[in-house]
Amino acid sequence: MNRIIMLPLLIPLVTAVAMLLLRNRVQLHRVLNVVSAALSGVVALAIFSATMSSGVLSLQVGGWEAPFGISLVADRLSAVMVVMSALIGLCTALYSIGTIDEDREHYFYHPLLQLLLMGVNGAFLTGDIFNLYVWFEVMLISSFVLLVLGGLPQQLEGAIKYVTLNLLSSAIFLAAVGILYGMAGTLNMADLAVRIPLLEHRELLTVVAVLFMITFGVKAAVFPLFFWLPASYHTPPVAVSAVFAGLLTKVGVYAIMRFFTTVFVRDDAALIYDILLWSSGFTMVVGVLGAVAQYDMRKLLSFHIISQIGYMIFAVALQSPLAVAGGLFYMVHNIVAKTNLFYVSGLVKRLAGSYCLRDIGGLYRLYPLFGLLFLVPALGLAGIPPLSGFWAKLVVIRAGIEAGAWGLTAVALSVSMLTLFSMIKIWNEAFWKDDPRGEQSAGRTEYHAIGRLKQGMIIAPIVVLGLVTVVFGFWFEPFFEMMMLVAEELLEPARYIRSVTGGVL
Amino acid sequence: MYSVILATASRYLLMLLLIFSVFLLLRGHNEPGGGFVGGLVAAAAYALYFIANGIDAARRIVRFEPLGMIASGLLLAVLSTLPSLLAGKPFMSGIWIDTGLGPIGKVGTPLVFDFGVYLLVLGITLTIIFSLAEEDSKS
Amino acid sequence: MTFLLAVIIGVLYAAGTYLILRRSMVKVIFGLIFLGHAANLMIFTVGRLTKGAPAFVAEGASGLTGAFADPLPQALILTAIVIGFGVQAFTIVLFKRTYQTLGTEDLDEMRRTDQLPGGKS
Repeated sequence: MNRIIMLPLLIPLVTAVAMLLLRNRVQLHRVLNVVSAALSGVVALAIFSATMSSGVLSLQVGGWEAPFGISLVADRLSAVMVVMSALIGLCTALYSIGTIDEDREHYFYHPLLQLLLMGVNGAFLTGDIFNLYVWFEVMLISSFVLLVLGGLPQQLEGAIKYVTLNLLSSAIFLAAVGILYGMAGTLNMADLAVRIPLLEHRELLTVVAVLFMITFGVKAAVFPLFFWLPASYHTPPVAVSAVFAGLLTKVGVYAIMRFFTTVFVRDDAALIYDILLWSSGFTMVVGVLGAVAQYDMRKLLSFHIISQIGYMIFAVALQSPLAVAGGLFYMVHNIVAKTNLFYVSGLVKRLAGSYCLRDIGGLYRLYPLFGLLFLVPALGLAGIPPLSGFWAKLVVIRAGIEAGAWGLTAVALSVSMLTLFSMIKIWNEAFWKDDPRGEQSAGRTEYHAIGRLKQGMIIAPIVVLGLVTVVFGFWFEPFFEMMMLVAEELLEPARYIRSVTGGVL
Repeated sequence: MYSVILATASRYLLMLLLIFSVFLLLRGHNEPGGGFVGGLVAAAAYALYFIANGIDAARRIVRFEPLGMIASGLLLAVLSTLPSLLAGKPFMSGIWIDTGLGPIGKVGTPLVFDFGVYLLVLGITLTIIFSLAEEDSKS
Repeated sequence: MTFLLAVIIGVLYAAGTYLILRRSMVKVIFGLIFLGHAANLMIFTVGRLTKGAPAFVAEGASGLTGAFADPLPQALILTAIVIGFGVQAFTIVLFKRTYQTLGTEDLDEMRRTDQLPGGKS
């Protein structure tokens, strides 16, 4: 059973290799992409149910025992994240068929997407810090190429900022890994969790923790480390932006969660939680204020990513089981809603001809059903009951009140008002107001020119993710109970450690 | 800038360096060397040839497309993990077969993996060199 | 030896930090390379400098004898160098393409993605 953990890494790799070998058969790439994503989904669900029923799965690669070899570990948190990455992978594979042009496909769009998913899954599943660095790099280099694929001037400009800041954070990560190894003599997360409390020379421990926090903070786009995100996320094709928005920043949040619960336990990381609490407040506010000012729909959504990260970091920093469960639920809900909104923005562009909200309008009159498809994720994100965002915010805010963080709770509440405001702004500008270019007639847009099959491929992921948002909202309780189980396991690292080290240490 | 001495020397050096790269690849398991270094040395051999004779000549003597090398290198690396699965051992365990032939000794899956790395590194480095060189000759 | 390496690491970090703050793309890429090398050297130094043989078990012996160097930092550095090599090569190509497309290598002039459309600043 443990061997199944390999599959979320192997399936994308094998698919990417197959695509590279058959590099001129672009049609086949599309099919392979979808098939592989669907397979990953099945595997991810199997891993998830296994971790829910029988605890932590671990695998020692090459048969080298932990802590000497590299361990792959799937606890409930990893399993949830792998399920989400498979869901987004599948939806993006479909959406790409409808939206990615053939030139990009010939330049290895599909294999790169698979490698990106492999990197993301690897980061979720590894139990070794240096290996985490390697998976981050796999993820980054695929995202670099996806970002510049097509080579438009604004893509190159965005990529420069994205690449420079991410390489800087990689260098910091590497330095932190080096110091940590020098102190503890191991890099296996479970082994570290055992050894760090026993260390004699603890002077540098805080330095290491802060270095890791900066690294993961850059990946997660936490204030004040987020500047690369709104500068780059709106430049590539929407399918790429969507998968970045859904998954990449969340890998950073996952790493923060994993690191400051499993590896560094409460006392060693007290300073980190304080810093994170403060910066979470700023992240929420700055993100949403940036969003309110924007008129480019994708830029507006990019700023919202940052604001939403603030909520997750807030929940993680509170560290109570309720807060962590709320943060997790928030993350799951946000991955779905945010990716969906990016898909919608791509459809808006194809129907109305522009991303700029000032230039478009009247979509509701022409396509009322599409208005509904937008409202589900938008109101979900803003937190209107009964959609998923309402519950996610409710739990996080309740955890904030229980912890006595009144100020930040108030910030969270007012930020969600502003979120609602900017969602309504999109609605008013793109859907409600009359088109500034005069009356448009339905049915003669970029979208209608691409043929039935491709249209379906654009609509299907939007509908599926919209349904997920609705289901999370109406059947909130069972999902939240699952998240409580995940959070409890995360805050009790003993099981994780035992599974990896086999109870030897 | 064309230099007769370098062009002549690079033709022989190419062969020597390629042989040396395979030597590095094969001794890599127990001594310094391995697929990565081997691949880099092989790529350096082609880079030298390119410096001496220009990009078109270098492209001609690389018989295989670099992208194909990358793909087949990755494929070999993936395939090398299969025997461990079939043998029921932990994933990516090394499986060794003793050939009984003195100088060859044991042959195992890590060698296949290393050969994959060799091809991958060679392919990637050549891709980088060629794409940089071609942009230069265009501008 | 450790002291010397520490000084070198410090110089590399200082130079790298200075260079990535410059406006020229070429200097930024050098800064990134310096920072990567500084981190690699740091792993090497922090992993304890020992005068020892490589950690290979001799023919017929059952374990390591005598002083041996910790192989893990070396493995980490090798991996980091390999990754750094690929990423830096990509970055150089990216910067070159950007220079060709935009016609400038001054980072201060690359503000288009940060501006509000129609905004002046």
